[in-house]
Amino acid sequence: MRSEYKVSEPKGSINITDLGMVFKSRDVTNVALQTTNLSISPGEFVCILGPSGCGKSTLLNVIAGFLKASEGQALLDGELIQEPGPERSMVFQHHSLLPWKTVGENIEMGPRLTGDLEVEQTVSYFLDMVGLSAYRDHYPEQLSGGMQQRVGIARALATNPRVLLMDEPFGALDYQTRLVMQENLLSLWDEFKSTVVFITHDVDEAIFLSDRILVMSSAPGCIIRDIKNPLKRPRDQLISSDPIFIKLKRECLELIRAQSMTKLNIKADHQRPEIKP
Amino acid sequence: MTGYESLRKLSQESSLNNLAENKTTVLDKPTNAFLASLYPFMKKQIDNKRHLSVMTILFLFFAWWFVTFIGWANPLFLPSPSAVTQSFVDVAVDGYQGSTLLEHVGTSLYRILTAFFFACLVGIPLGILMGISHSFHQVFNPIIEFYRPLPPLGLYTLLVMWLGIGESSKLALLFLSGLPGIIIATIQAVSDINPNYVRAARSVGAKRWDLIREVYLPGAGPTILTGMRISLGFIYTVLVAAEIVAATAGIGWMIWDAAKFLLSDVVIMGLIVLGVTGMLLDLTLKLFGKIVMPWTAVRKM
Repeated sequence: MRSEYKVSEPKGSINITDLGMVFKSRDVTNVALQTTNLSISPGEFVCILGPSGCGKSTLLNVIAGFLKASEGQALLDGELIQEPGPERSMVFQHHSLLPWKTVGENIEMGPRLTGDLEVEQTVSYFLDMVGLSAYRDHYPEQLSGGMQQRVGIARALATNPRVLLMDEPFGALDYQTRLVMQENLLSLWDEFKSTVVFITHDVDEAIFLSDRILVMSSAPGCIIRDIKNPLKRPRDQLISSDPIFIKLKRECLELIRAQSMTKLNIKADHQRPEIKP
Repeated sequence: MTGYESLRKLSQESSLNNLAENKTTVLDKPTNAFLASLYPFMKKQIDNKRHLSVMTILFLFFAWWFVTFIGWANPLFLPSPSAVTQSFVDVAVDGYQGSTLLEHVGTSLYRILTAFFFACLVGIPLGILMGISHSFHQVFNPIIEFYRPLPPLGLYTLLVMWLGIGESSKLALLFLSGLPGIIIATIQAVSDINPNYVRAARSVGAKRWDLIREVYLPGAGPTILTGMRISLGFIYTVLVAAEIVAATAGIGWMIWDAAKFLLSDVVIMGLIVLGVTGMLLDLTLKLFGKIVMPWTAVRKM
């Protein structure tokens, strides 16, 4: 059933050109994102890795259409992104399920609003996909954190998005649940192959999930390294002992460590450091 | 929270834990059994607490009866409970000034509920728009903030001059006194909605009107209901004032008219009837809220 969700040709390319984000209040100007250029191919799983406050959420919110960039532009399949839309559905850090809707109603909202002709089948299909068919009539507050986030993913996927945006979706979960959720996500993604932009500050999570890792640095936020992830799929958590995994992890940790060091230097020398990529 | 409620909350939580993944049930089960063994005791405790309310009422009645019985109170100002009961029966059967008690209550309830209905009809949509749109808020806020503190009787004189002494000025006064409570509660409710809910809905394709239907209205629902209850209370407080001018029926008018003849038994009886109907209406609203917003009942369990 619902074979159209098994996307045969990947779609959802993102092109970001000269994108910059400056937040201005009355007398403080805060550069959240330095001029950034980025191109994401259709069907690519990209993880954006960086410490909190490095502008990775800002970047994601521009792609989602929640924020308007101060300069530059973001394109989805060649079209300018101006407002939020179901072709770029988002999974939030805190599940953000509507508490007044049951699990089924939460998933149903997207397909109904976007004119899906088979809303009922879509909802059943995605409930089944995330293994929560038995909880269709429960309210979100009656579920555990992991289950809530699975509903959040099902809700985002039910609009058949070209790009799935994920803002630290597993950040609030405990370690074991997080590992299970990461594997779940990959097996779901095998089925849908939409482009994924996944934000995290967890190095292992980024390496386990991604085709490509963008490491960001803070103050002002910019992408300092673009790392290809050659790990073979399908993956399970045991891959973390793979030599390639360890090599990647070392590379990411070194970058993050260097950042922390320069940050400390800022305080010692009172001068703005040049961040060398 | 009564013992019964906390018991239900606890048992609900532990059964949820059992359902939820990644949570051990080892700790919950003994707790459950422990609670179950406490159940008869706790149930008794609830009854005890209900008793407290009943005892308050009984005590007040006794005190009332006592001071009238031993003659501390002048029966002209504080008649005995039996006299008030007698006046209740008299007015219920023979009526007061041409209308039976049921007709008085009916007339008043008609006025109250009509005004309340229109206050909700105008207040909830206006409050939602004012909560969402800053411009709407700026346009309507001065009007509401200006007339809200005006004393009802002062407002009433103007309404009578404009609308005459008939039914419409009474309904207008009750409507205007009920309106600000609903509007202010609704504005507050809408601006308190977690912005992530709005973003989540927009992210799956909700546009402006979808957002009102899917997010703002249900999200604001519980606080709007509280606003409605407060507003109904306001309408009640203004009832007697609204029925002073040129009314021939209504419980508020009956109280006012009886006071002119020092019929304190009728006055007290009327006040009790007002109070009881008010409580019943409030209970009805709460019940209505639980039916229309089933998720609020789930959360409280």
